[in-house]
Amino acid sequence: MHDMSAHAAQHHAPPTSFIRKHVFSLDHKVIGKQYYALALVAALCGMILSWFMRIHLAWTNAAIPGLQLLSKNGAPGGVMTPEYYLQLMTMHGTIMVFFVLTTAPFAAFGNFFLPIQVGAEDMPFPRFNMMSFWVTCTGFVVLMASFFTAEGPTLGGWTQYAPLNAVGPVGGPGQGVGVVLWAASIALFCVGQLLGSLNFIPTTLDLRTKGMSLMRLPLSAWAWFITSCMGLTAFAVLMPACILVILDHVAGTSFFVASNLVMNDQLLPHSGGSTLLWQHLFWFFGHPEVYIAIVPGIGIVSHILIANMRKPMLSHRVLIYSMGALAVLSYMVYGHHMFVSGMNPFSSLAFSFPTLVITIPSTIVVLIWTFSLYGSKLRINSASLFALGFISMFVSGGVSGFFLAQPSIDIMLHATYFVVGHFHLVMGVAAMFGIFGGTYFWFPKMTGRMMNETLGKIHFWFSFVGAYCIFMPFHYLGMAGNVRRYSSFPDDFLQPLIPLHRFITVAALITGAAQLVFLYNLIHSRFWGKPAPDNPWEATSLEWSTPTPPPWDNFGGKLPVVYHDPYQYGVQSSAGDYVMQASAEQVKTEHEEK
Amino acid sequence: MAKFFAITIIVIAILSAIPILRHTWVAPEDISTHGALIDEQMSETMAEAGISFLAAQFVLAFFIWKFSNPRPDAKIKNFPGGAKGLVIAALLVVGIEVMALGIFGVKAWANVYLTPPSADAMPIQVQAGQFAFYFRYPGPDGKFGPLHPELINEGSQNFYGLDPEHDVDSRDDIVTAEMAIPVNKEIHLLMHSKDVGHSFFVRELRVQQDFVPGLDVSLHFTATKVGRYEIVCTQLCGLGHYNMKAYLSVLSQQDFDDWIKKEQAMQ
Repeated sequence: MHDMSAHAAQHHAPPTSFIRKHVFSLDHKVIGKQYYALALVAALCGMILSWFMRIHLAWTNAAIPGLQLLSKNGAPGGVMTPEYYLQLMTMHGTIMVFFVLTTAPFAAFGNFFLPIQVGAEDMPFPRFNMMSFWVTCTGFVVLMASFFTAEGPTLGGWTQYAPLNAVGPVGGPGQGVGVVLWAASIALFCVGQLLGSLNFIPTTLDLRTKGMSLMRLPLSAWAWFITSCMGLTAFAVLMPACILVILDHVAGTSFFVASNLVMNDQLLPHSGGSTLLWQHLFWFFGHPEVYIAIVPGIGIVSHILIANMRKPMLSHRVLIYSMGALAVLSYMVYGHHMFVSGMNPFSSLAFSFPTLVITIPSTIVVLIWTFSLYGSKLRINSASLFALGFISMFVSGGVSGFFLAQPSIDIMLHATYFVVGHFHLVMGVAAMFGIFGGTYFWFPKMTGRMMNETLGKIHFWFSFVGAYCIFMPFHYLGMAGNVRRYSSFPDDFLQPLIPLHRFITVAALITGAAQLVFLYNLIHSRFWGKPAPDNPWEATSLEWSTPTPPPWDNFGGKLPVVYHDPYQYGVQSSAGDYVMQASAEQVKTEHEEK
Repeated sequence: MAKFFAITIIVIAILSAIPILRHTWVAPEDISTHGALIDEQMSETMAEAGISFLAAQFVLAFFIWKFSNPRPDAKIKNFPGGAKGLVIAALLVVGIEVMALGIFGVKAWANVYLTPPSADAMPIQVQAGQFAFYFRYPGPDGKFGPLHPELINEGSQNFYGLDPEHDVDSRDDIVTAEMAIPVNKEIHLLMHSKDVGHSFFVRELRVQQDFVPGLDVSLHFTATKVGRYEIVCTQLCGLGHYNMKAYLSVLSQQDFDDWIKKEQAMQ
């Protein structure tokens, strides 16, 4: 809870210079916006790469306009080579998972709103916070730099399996400098997120204002807190793993390369490394990462839905406990990525059961959301549409987890498009819907202007229908045995599936184009949008008690006092059917947390 | 708009289910002795996942339809039973459902991975390397000669690094680029990679297993139907990954005997 020493620790003077205000800012809100901008640039890059890949998969020999500008060798005359497909695919996955799905819902929104939602002036370590962004941004620059190396980026996939990630240039284009840049970029990213997590945790635990008990924290704040706890442990494992990969390249070590391997008829100068060690380290990070991407979405969507349902969720506590259960279980399930990896087959069974169990908290979350809609006064707007769309996507992506949790079925579905469909729906699209929902909901507070609702709804319809048209057929492809990570389907068993690939490509191009509507709306509204009132959604949590946009110290020098639960809707107060957390007005409610 | 949204969710859910119900895109027919259990497990999971998917989407759509844009004087209500009933339902229904899937699935997994091959299973070695599979049969002596990775030379077609000059057991070993097996005969596949990670996937055989550089991995299976099937690599192994494949010929015993003789003569 708030005390004077904590207050002193977070206090810093308002900046005066342009650089201190907008570039090397210590203000969590500016850092949040910087993270958002980074995620936006990264998402645009990742999406364009996916367009290139989809066109190539559907029409393998087609010249893609502009692609030769990106790489003359990778796309002579605009026609993508097999290795360049893999390089673009690797970059697409890396950019999206790390620099979009982690940065936007967690680092961007979390930075901007966590301190405000707990009632603090800033995070406890503003310099660490500034470093967190700039180290992450450097990581992105390092990753993108690999496009400009002689052989281009690494082609090893975002999972960078060993020993392909450690054998050096002999492994193929981009497996030398490209991998080193990839590993350096991800190690930097990990440092950035560790610094971020180190700030989020004490912000939640120590900087809560008077009256803000843990159970009075909004669900979004809980989600960021739980995510930061995951981030602290997951990124702390991936970072050293990346350093070991770099050492295998530059220091002659053999952490991930076994003895007696032969490439180009030459024995590799390595011995004693372990192929599976990388997989264990990577997935120990990798599966929690799925929840690092999606738990903030769960919190954000809950927060948006409640304001638009005009009633709290059926249980605040059950949602918090479920998010906590997802976080804990996420460390116990990672081996389901490795069922057919060659690890002990008993381990597969041991990892299978927690994976099946994780469906229980996920189901509880979905049931609480859905049945909380019962008896609500649901408002339909861009934010709530994306939040409801999130639930639909989370269910659709989640049920395919039933299959992939079972080792016996994984024999057929592992490394197929079924897996690609599963994770794109549940962690890609659902998380993106959380980001979009959060943007439409919080944009007025972040910028002082409203977004255009009509454009928002157009964006939603294309995204919702489009995402299903793209990713549902991925499951069918997988069931037919379509292996992923193939740059084309030569004269073989995959030929009959090409029409389905073409349908997906057309859907992807249209859905991608619809994202430009969002981009236009975002930029246009930022400068020319209708001025936003302080509380446009008649919401209750502390971010809506601040002026719009919030001043540099959030609350104008006077920290709020919290009197109520985060979601007191459906009550009768002087404001209407809600009472704000910082309002001292007493209202009749069914139940109050203490 | 809310009602249109609800209808859209239902239409998408139904359209998504139609190809599954019509079996539009499915795995090819199983040709293994162990695959039936995997297919059965897949069908049961599809039924449970499908019902969960449709039920969740329909309830979501129904509530969006029913509770959006209410009259201004409408009072909010809570679902009867509240969260407690839902948590109990999730624990009981989904908990039992997934546990049952897990427990029944153990048998299908155990058939492949937790039972040893029979003593008379036919050993075949497969080596994966960028971007080809090579298969080795032990020859009349029934023994594989030792491997010498430093002798691997693709130019002289010594794909395995054999040294028949010094190793007696290697002299009758048969190395091929295509895999042939007799029908209804258990195969004990001994897998190793010479360079990076690869995988061995035959859809019809219901078999997929990674090669782990530095580790010997084994599999056993029995094919029940004569035919020619594709073996593909499913572990990203480099620029030629998409093109890394070989063929598996399942032959009658007589045809297999003829094939192996022919291959031996060509060594």
